[in-house]
Amino acid sequence: MIQVLIRVSRRANDLYGIKEILKKYFFLCYNNYYKGGSLMEFIELKDVYKVYKNGVTGLAGVNLKIKKKDFVFIIGHTASGKSTLIKLLYREERPTKGNVSVGGIDVARLRNSKVYKLRRKIGIVFQDYKLLPKLTVYENVAYPLDSYGISSKEIRPKVLAALEQVGLSDKTRSFPHELSGGEQQRVCIARAIANNPKLLLCDEPTGNLDPDTSKEIMDVIEKINKELGTTVVMATHDKDIVNRMKKRVVVIKDGLVDGDYLKGSYKVNESD
Amino acid sequence: MKVIRILGKSFINACKSLVRNLSLSLASITCTIITLILVSIGLLISYNIREITKNIEKELTVVIFMTKDATSEEVIKTKSDLEKIDNVEKVIFTSKDDVKDRFKNDEKWTSIISTLNEDDNPFQDSFEVVVKNVRDINETVTTIKNMDKIDTVKYGENSVNEIVSIFDTIKTGTIVLVGGLVLVTAFLITNTIKITIFSRRKEIDIMRLVGTSNTVIKLPYLTEGLLIGILGSIIPILFTIFGYTLIYSKFSSMTVSNIIGVITLASPEGIIYIASLFLLMLGALTGMFASGIAVRKYLKV
Ligand SMILES: Nc1ncnc2c1ncn2[C@@H]1O[C@H](COP(=O)(O)OP(=O)(O)O)[C@@H](O)[C@H]1O
Ligand SMILES: [Mg+2]
Repeated sequence: MIQVLIRVSRRANDLYGIKEILKKYFFLCYNNYYKGGSLMEFIELKDVYKVYKNGVTGLAGVNLKIKKKDFVFIIGHTASGKSTLIKLLYREERPTKGNVSVGGIDVARLRNSKVYKLRRKIGIVFQDYKLLPKLTVYENVAYPLDSYGISSKEIRPKVLAALEQVGLSDKTRSFPHELSGGEQQRVCIARAIANNPKLLLCDEPTGNLDPDTSKEIMDVIEKINKELGTTVVMATHDKDIVNRMKKRVVVIKDGLVDGDYLKGSYKVNESD
Repeated sequence: MKVIRILGKSFINACKSLVRNLSLSLASITCTIITLILVSIGLLISYNIREITKNIEKELTVVIFMTKDATSEEVIKTKSDLEKIDNVEKVIFTSKDDVKDRFKNDEKWTSIISTLNEDDNPFQDSFEVVVKNVRDINETVTTIKNMDKIDTVKYGENSVNEIVSIFDTIKTGTIVLVGGLVLVTAFLITNTIKITIFSRRKEIDIMRLVGTSNTVIKLPYLTEGLLIGILGSIIPILFTIFGYTLIYSKFSSMTVSNIIGVITLASPEGIIYIASLFLLMLGALTGMFASGIAVRKYLKV
C-alpha cells in the first residue's frame, strides 16, 4: 500500500518536471517570437538625416536594420558619418529627420530626462577610454552600477564576472595609469558589459592600439558577442580587423549607406 | 534603502567638493554669514519697532481743549457726546481749576501763578480721550472738532507720523540692503557650484554616458549649495540667540528717553527662535536656489 503511494507520488513528480520543462520551452519560443525581431528589428533606422547646428550634414537618409545578437561593422572614411550614426543610437544626438529605434525604444523621441534608461541597456566603448583616473579598475567598472544605487553586495559578482570576461581578474586594484592601452580598453569593455546590456556600441575602440593589441581587444568583443549574445555595432576604419573577422559590414559614404555585406570585408578603398 | 544610499553618497560628495574648493566655499559661507547677520539685525530692529509702535499706539490719546467761555453745562454735555462716539474708549476730564492747582503746587510755577487773581484762570477745561482704534483716529478727531465750544484738538499725529516714517525708511533700507546681499550671496554660491561642476565635467560626462539618472547627477551639487547655506546660517543663529539675549540683559535696566515716552528692547523669547528658524530657512533656500541655477545653467541634463 505504502509502496503504491510512493510510486504514484514519484510518477506525479516526474509529470510535474516535464510540465515545467514544457513551460520553459514555450516561454522561450514566445520570448524569441516577440523580442527576436519577428515583429520588430532590434535596431532600425528609417530615412535618418542628421544636420548639425553649423549646417554640416552628418547623415543624409540612412536606412538600416540590425538583428539581435548580430555583429556589425560600420566602416567608411573619416567624416563619413560613422560616429554620427553611433551617437544617434545612444541618443547623444537626435536625428534631424527620420526614425531611430533601439530595442523597441523610440530613441529619436526619447525625452532628455529619460535618456538614462536607454543608456543602462547599452554599453559604450570609445577610442579614448574615458576611465576615471582616481578610481581603481574595480571601482571604475563598479562606478555605473554604484551610481544606479545598487548595493555593493549585488555589484561585486557583476564586476568580477565582467573583469573575468575581459581577462583582467588580476588587475582589480590597479589604477588606469598603471595599465597599458589595451588593458585600459578592456576595463572600458568590462564597465560597458557589467550591467549585461543588450547592445554594445564601439566607436573606433582600437584606434589608439597597435595591431596585436587590437586583435586581442577584438577577440574579447567577439567572445562577448558569442557567449553573452550581446549585439555589437562597431564603427572602425581598421581594414585588418574587418577583413579578418568576416562579419556583416555596412559601408557609410557621405552620410549614406553605400554598401551592406554579410560576411563582408573592407571595401571602401576598392570603390575609390 | 536605495534612496538613503544615493542621498548619503551625494552628501559625501558635496562635503568633498566643499573641502576641495576650500577658499571658494569659505568665501560663499562668509558671504552667507554676513548677509544673514544683517538679516538678523534687520529682523530684530523691525521686531522692536513693531513692539514700540504698538506701545505708542496704546498710549496715544487725543487732548481736547474747550473754549474759555464754555459753561459747566456745556462741558458736561460735551463729555457725554464724546462718550457716545463709537471709536472712543475712555474720556478723562481735567477742569481748568485742577490745572491751576497743579501748577500752583509746582515749585517752578508757584511765583508766576501767585501773580494771578484768585478768579483769573488762564487755563482751559480739557478732556483726554483714549480711542479704541488708532487707525480711525483722524475721523474721530474731525467729529470732535465739529462739536460746539471746542477750541483745539491735539493728538500726537505729527510725532507719530514722523517716527513711523523714520522707522519705515529704516525698514525699507534694511530690506533693500538685505535683498541686495542675498543676491550677491546667491551669485557667489552659484559660482562656487559652477566651479565644482567644471572641475568634475569629465566625471559628469561619464555618468551621463553610463546611464546615471539626472537626479543622481544633480543631487551632489544641490546638496553642496544647501550645505553652504546651512553652514552659513550657524553663526548668525548663534549671534541672534546669544547676542540679542546679552544685549537685552545689558540694556533692560537702562531706558532711553524719547519724545513719545520710553523705549525698551522687546524681550528675546518672542523673537529669537522664530528669527533663527527664519535664518536657517533663508540660508538653506538661498543655497538651494543658487545651486539650482548653477545646475540648470551648467549641467544641461
Ligand atoms: N558636433 C558636431 N557639430 C558639427 N559638425 C559635426 C559634429 N560632429 C560631427 N560633425 C560633422 O559631421 C560629419 C560626420 O562626422 P562623424 O560622424 O564624426 O564622421 P566619422 O566618425 O565617420 O569620422 C563630419 O563632417 C563632421 O565634421
Ligand atoms: Mg568618428
